[in-house]
Amino acid sequence: MGSQKKSSFINMLVVLFLVSGIAATALAYVYQATKGPIETAKKEKEKQAMAAVLPEFDAVKDTFKIALAAEDTITCYSTVKDEKVVGYAIKANTKKGFSGEFWIMVGFTPDGKIYNTSVLEHHETPGLGDKMQKNKSDWSDKYFTGMDVPNIADKDGDGVIIEVTKDQGEVDAITAATISSRAFCDACERAYNAFKQIEK
Amino acid sequence: MSKLSIFTKGFFKENAVFVMLLGLCPTLGTTTSAINGLGMGLATTFVLVMSNIVVSLVKSQIPDKVRIPAYIVIIASFVTIVELTMQAYVPALYDVLGLFIPLIVVNCIILGRAEAFASKNNVFDSILDGFGMGLGFSMALMMLGAIREILGSGSIFNISIYQGDGALVFVLAPGAFIVLGYLIALINRITKKV
Repeated sequence: MGSQKKSSFINMLVVLFLVSGIAATALAYVYQATKGPIETAKKEKEKQAMAAVLPEFDAVKDTFKIALAAEDTITCYSTVKDEKVVGYAIKANTKKGFSGEFWIMVGFTPDGKIYNTSVLEHHETPGLGDKMQKNKSDWSDKYFTGMDVPNIADKDGDGVIIEVTKDQGEVDAITAATISSRAFCDACERAYNAFKQIEK
Repeated sequence: MSKLSIFTKGFFKENAVFVMLLGLCPTLGTTTSAINGLGMGLATTFVLVMSNIVVSLVKSQIPDKVRIPAYIVIIASFVTIVELTMQAYVPALYDVLGLFIPLIVVNCIILGRAEAFASKNNVFDSILDGFGMGLGFSMALMMLGAIREILGSGSIFNISIYQGDGALVFVLAPGAFIVLGYLIALINRITKKV
């Protein structure tokens, strides 16, 4: 290291201070500059998901939070067309995923049927669990689109209704991704539980 | 060393993945498809070039004993800039690579090049070295991703080649090790004439 400066206490202190100071300033600037676009990108994604999971609507009427348990809330949006509520989009999460928490958007029509679903953010295994995404396979279309939740028989009697076949439910799990499928069912069920509370 | 060989050594002679076996965490983690591998490779290339430039500019000002912390701060800043920019302007790519971007900080290729090359050479050579190493890394990741995608998902760059599911093991981590092992063997066979 012939080209490098000899270290002394003072020059080490000054250099590290300067390097960190400049880095922090640069980062603060970039953070400020990208804060807006990042927010917009996230909102845009939610908006697209809402348009995909609900029948055509004019505007989002209300946004409210519903508590399923203490410290466990779910965000819901109600949409209106010609002043009439035509659907509820519910942003539900589940912690039962194969690689941690994920978020899906579930659209309900006022009669309690699932209109459509959309995955917002997940970390499931690429090639297996990610088949729950619409662009990867038609699994969620096949089982969840148009699902008539209130009329599904409650087989095991504990009030749990949306389940994979291994748990006596009606949904065939994705091959080799039972845990992800189960988590998806769990998220839908949480969305439905939130939906029931809106009705009350 | 000629300018050309500074640039080209990153592809075969000193390829980060196949020869030096550096940065294997993102290599194995992100190469489930060709496009993911390429995206990760290009993000790393950007950070590598930028950090090489800055390190070679400030090399004579940084005292010997604190050079590693100073380099790490420089690298981490560029990684965060890439992450924020990607999140803001290409959210689709961020969805795929998001988890792995912060890992670029601890990717030893970048610190390795800062320490072994940029801290001893001028700016222009360091840029060449950054591009060469980065593109070599991208190429390796893309090859690995393409092979895993063909065998595991039956497609390449998301274009379907054959019907059916493919061998799932190639999409998962063990498949990455298997493909990497065979690729290293193949590259050694070609370059060293074993």
